[in-house]
Amino acid sequence: MTAIIDVDRLSFSFGSGALVQPVLKDVTIAIRQGEIVLITGPSGSGKTTFLTIIGGLRQAFHGSVMVLDQQLINSNEQVKIKVRQQIGYIFQQHNLLKSLTALQNVSMTLEMGNTLTEQQRLERSAQMLTAVGLGDRLHYKPDQLSAGQRQRVSVARALVGQPKIVLADEPTASLDKQSGYEAVSILKQLAKESQTTILLVTHDYRILDVADRVVELEDGVIKNT
Amino acid sequence: MIGWFYFPARLAWRQLVFDRTKLVAAICGVLFACVLVFMQLGFRDALYASAISAPLKLNGDLFLMHKQSEALWRPVTFKRSELMRTLGNPAVAEVYPLYLGLAPFKNIETRVKRTLMVYGFDPDSQIFSVETIRGQQAGLKLKDTVLFDEYSRPEFGPLRQLLDNGRNITEINDYKIAVIGLFKLGVSFAADGNIVTSELNFMRIFPKRNRSDIDLGIIKLYPDASIEQTQAELRLRLNEFVNVFTYEELMQYERNYWANMAPIGFIFGFGTVMGWVVGLVIVYQILFTDIANLRNEFATLKAIGYEQGYFIRVVFASAFFLAVLGFVPGCALSVGLYHLAESQIFMPMPMTLNKVTTVFVFILSMCAMAGFLAIRKLKAADPADMF
Repeated sequence: MTAIIDVDRLSFSFGSGALVQPVLKDVTIAIRQGEIVLITGPSGSGKTTFLTIIGGLRQAFHGSVMVLDQQLINSNEQVKIKVRQQIGYIFQQHNLLKSLTALQNVSMTLEMGNTLTEQQRLERSAQMLTAVGLGDRLHYKPDQLSAGQRQRVSVARALVGQPKIVLADEPTASLDKQSGYEAVSILKQLAKESQTTILLVTHDYRILDVADRVVELEDGVIKNT
Repeated sequence: MIGWFYFPARLAWRQLVFDRTKLVAAICGVLFACVLVFMQLGFRDALYASAISAPLKLNGDLFLMHKQSEALWRPVTFKRSELMRTLGNPAVAEVYPLYLGLAPFKNIETRVKRTLMVYGFDPDSQIFSVETIRGQQAGLKLKDTVLFDEYSRPEFGPLRQLLDNGRNITEINDYKIAVIGLFKLGVSFAADGNIVTSELNFMRIFPKRNRSDIDLGIIKLYPDASIEQTQAELRLRLNEFVNVFTYEELMQYERNYWANMAPIGFIFGFGTVMGWVVGLVIVYQILFTDIANLRNEFATLKAIGYEQGYFIRVVFASAFFLAVLGFVPGCALSVGLYHLAESQIFMPMPMTLNKVTTVFVFILSMCAMAGFLAIRKLKAADPADMF
């Protein structure tokens, strides 16, 4: 199977001139469809930067980053938006819209495509929330949910659009052991059902066992594969 | 595509109603601007309407006025013979002079003097299209008689009551006269009250005036004559120092005086613009802090694939909702304030559809402008910097 994410000699640095701060150095990695890859490493090792480049949120200039057959190096805004739309994103904080209910938050992902009717969108969002165990919390606003429940809503939001790739940036950082593990297990289970690729950045060693492969990043260099 | 606007508008709406306190504050801001603009326009229109209330009631096809006359209330006189010359035109049926003067009127009860406008005219003519004047013209032929405008400010005294009690003798310009009846015309910014009287009585009230120097000439044409053509012919014939106005032109001339010559038009224009600016700043502040507070949410949406244009539409939809939500109560409140003002300044302040649309467009443009200024803040919502 061909790689769904193919990164070749990616280098990235912050700042310019004398203050230039290299973050990623010659990173090369290929991830196949359906694979669950964990990226670990100490703070400041460039994990999140790597993830934002893959997700089309940050522009990189050196090397090659092929995501879903799109070259993201020196890409324009349209290409990045197209890639983002095919990726589900789970953030460190839940990042839900606090004025919307769980159901409305999840269906925000579907409103973008505008291919479904309102009823279909709400049905699919409700199904997805039921799948993450929140079938009885559809009309709760984020304030009325626990941290673990909120993170599960954001898992539902990332998966409801049936993305090919899910990127997760320390999804368990703000959760206790049990709810963190629950959220990641649900993510893994749902992703395996639909052959979704998951790239998960974490330094939470409690969840290493969900991964097919663990990649360690240190000072912008991949240590072992 | 309905979704193009519907989805961002729906999100904007949901975010607005989520924080009720902020929503109420924002609505109050728009409401304030709305009321401010309504009042400025209301006073201005009342001013213009009252300024032309007297010429509005004149019954003529063409009007002669000295070119140096800035407005009816401060006329420059010209020779009566100039008016009589127009009779040489075959289209002209009748001509009548009108004499105008400001004079102090003594309140019958308090004896306090206050200036009002005195109109002198030929009681045999029909130049005023006011029914109550027409019915009492015979009485004006008597010596030292006048009719008093019931719509004059109350400072002149309760004339109707006084007349019923038979107390009708007072002084105008220190000349003793008898008020023999009432009519309804309306006050203007130039004069707090009005009196009509005969030409002869006018000369008695103003001893320095004489009948050959007139303030306004009123020309009536034969029914089948063309007003424009006669106007053009008269312009060629008459002395160059007189203006020949049609009815509409006379109105326009009066209105222009108040709008441009007098500083009053500028004052109201300035007040209107200030209302716009104050509202703009309030709405801008609300939208700006909203974007700043929701930066994280916008960045999240951007990360999952929403385009910049979507957020711009969200901001403009918010601005639009604020405009509408502030305008509706603002308009209702202004109707009430118009009634209050009418009872205080004795000038008509009608809430017309025209005014409602004007102010709505005004408020809409204000909110749109605030939106334009606020969307620059959207750049701060960059997902790469947030995560």
